[in-house]
Amino acid sequence: MSEQAGGLLGWIDARFPLSKMWRDHFAEYYAPKNFNFWYFFGSLALLVLVIQILSGIFLTMHYKPDAELAFASVEHIMRDVNWGWLIRYMHSTGASFFFIVVYLHMFRGLMYGSFKNPRELIWIFGMLIYVALMAEAFMGYLLPWGNMSYWGAQVIINLFNTIPYIGEAISEWIRGDFVISDATLNRFFSLHVIAMPLALLALVIGHILALHEVGSNNPDGVEIKKTKDANGIPVDGVPFHPYYTVKDIFGAVVFLAIFSVVVFFIPDMYGYFLEHANFDPANTLNTPEHIAPIWYFTPFYTVLRAIPDPFGGFVGMVLAIVVLFFLPWIDRNPIKSIRYRSVLFKINLLVFAITFIILGYLGLNAVTPLYSQLALRFTELYFLFFVVLWTYSRPHGAMFWISSFVILLGAITLYDVFMNTSEYPELIWKTWIIPAAFLVVTLLLPLFPGLGQEKEEPARVTS
Amino acid sequence: MANDKIDHGRRKALTGGVAIVGGVGAVITAWPFVSSMNPSASARAAGAPVEVDVSKMQPGQQIQEIWRRKPVWIIRRTPEMVESLGALTPKLRDPESREGQQPAFAQNEFRSIKKEFLVLIGICTHLGCAPEYRPEPGTISANWQGGFYCACHGSRFDLAGRVYKNVPANKNLEVPPYYFLSDGRILIGMTREEAAA
Repeated sequence: MSEQAGGLLGWIDARFPLSKMWRDHFAEYYAPKNFNFWYFFGSLALLVLVIQILSGIFLTMHYKPDAELAFASVEHIMRDVNWGWLIRYMHSTGASFFFIVVYLHMFRGLMYGSFKNPRELIWIFGMLIYVALMAEAFMGYLLPWGNMSYWGAQVIINLFNTIPYIGEAISEWIRGDFVISDATLNRFFSLHVIAMPLALLALVIGHILALHEVGSNNPDGVEIKKTKDANGIPVDGVPFHPYYTVKDIFGAVVFLAIFSVVVFFIPDMYGYFLEHANFDPANTLNTPEHIAPIWYFTPFYTVLRAIPDPFGGFVGMVLAIVVLFFLPWIDRNPIKSIRYRSVLFKINLLVFAITFIILGYLGLNAVTPLYSQLALRFTELYFLFFVVLWTYSRPHGAMFWISSFVILLGAITLYDVFMNTSEYPELIWKTWIIPAAFLVVTLLLPLFPGLGQEKEEPARVTS
Repeated sequence: MANDKIDHGRRKALTGGVAIVGGVGAVITAWPFVSSMNPSASARAAGAPVEVDVSKMQPGQQIQEIWRRKPVWIIRRTPEMVESLGALTPKLRDPESREGQQPAFAQNEFRSIKKEFLVLIGICTHLGCAPEYRPEPGTISANWQGGFYCACHGSRFDLAGRVYKNVPANKNLEVPPYYFLSDGRILIGMTREEAAA
């Protein structure tokens, strides 16, 4: 604010806050000096967003959103358009990398308590971005009009049918027809290329503005604004530019190297990034052998399948996403960083990460009696994570731990006795050990003081 | 400007009034956009009835037709198939077809007009996959009696399209409106009453 630049910049600054924005968000935005590896993924997510928008613009120049022409126009991009294959593989690989980066970014938030007061709105903006991203990816997946595009969309849109009374009307409204058809393809194209990207950009701006208002969290969970020097600059902060711009450029280079390996050598990732059934055009009469959503949706898809009642499954799947929005009010422990929380908290978080991966694995595979029981068990673990997280918000007496344990394990057991529909009772009782063991560890071990012991938070960052 | 006193009550009433009128206007303006996403007139009109010749079907054979862009199956059941239906009742979720998944004429054990011919919409009532016709007993599991199996999520239906208990789908397969034009000809998409009207 002090010196006024002359020349062109001065002319602009008198009319538009260019230098002010640069200072507020880069040169004089003070970020904690102790960011580690996990802090790459925010800027990488922004990089992937740029890759997707740019490659998407050029794909749109050649793609035809028409049920008769769509599949062939994608083949045209792959074979005839100069470098079309490269642009398409960037876009398809970018979609999967977007979710890899976003999942790691979200896990960083879980580890370091980045969603806690005063950063609740940053987290909520982030969750909205995540939901918008899922919608964007889902609609984009229909556009190649392959057989998996078609049937995947069919299954997902029919989820709305399970809503009592109004479900059918809603899914007809989404499709614009009685089945997935040209009308559906056309509107998904519209939403994919203009509506969702606009929403995503607006949400990303909100996410970053909220972040820069309160300042970044860090691996120690220390509020660096609490300790300032004589000039009002946080002692543990460094200017975002040049320190973190340079760090993030390094991260981007490593990321792009890995990204390029996939784009050039394994763009289909053995059927995980581009499913093999999608190399056949959409066929309204022939379901692919096995319909699985693309990998980044499969954890929630498993939750859907774990609950036998269709509407119940739909509600379970929606809840699995909605519960994340409430994280700031579930984990009320004032300690932010995993570094200063108890051993049991670390176990709970580790089990959650493993659970998420197993749910994803199960969702990729066909239902067998064993897998359907495992899906139920890991769905239970998924939701129990949040319950346990809530109990770790503050210290409790022995009675609390024992009664929580009895109530939760009792509820799970009652479900098995009265509602578990597996035809194989021995599978029910064998897999029952999974939630039982989890609850023994997370709710009974706090009875032994050492494991629930939290550490003193430092006043300043430690490294 | 003779009187500079601000009437806050009046200002509040005006602001509120404008907000309400504006809000109603916004909702009314949104309606054409929301409604434009519903199935268009041409999509609705594309549902004309389909005529099918079933006289040359072999016992046990399945043929597939398209009506309203949905797959419609016709199965000529063998007498053994028809006989096997009665014994399944305890294993089925809705053996008497109480739920409205069929026109009134098909609310019976066979879910059809003639015992021999089964007409179904070939879309799984769980999430809309296409189930397979698996008439051979013992194929899907040891106690499989023959029927329809949906590979997507493992739903099972018997040879009348009735759903088994303990599978993801919770409704019987839908029976479309249809009637026999003559012994060997079926019109799919309309009941006899609708055609007469």
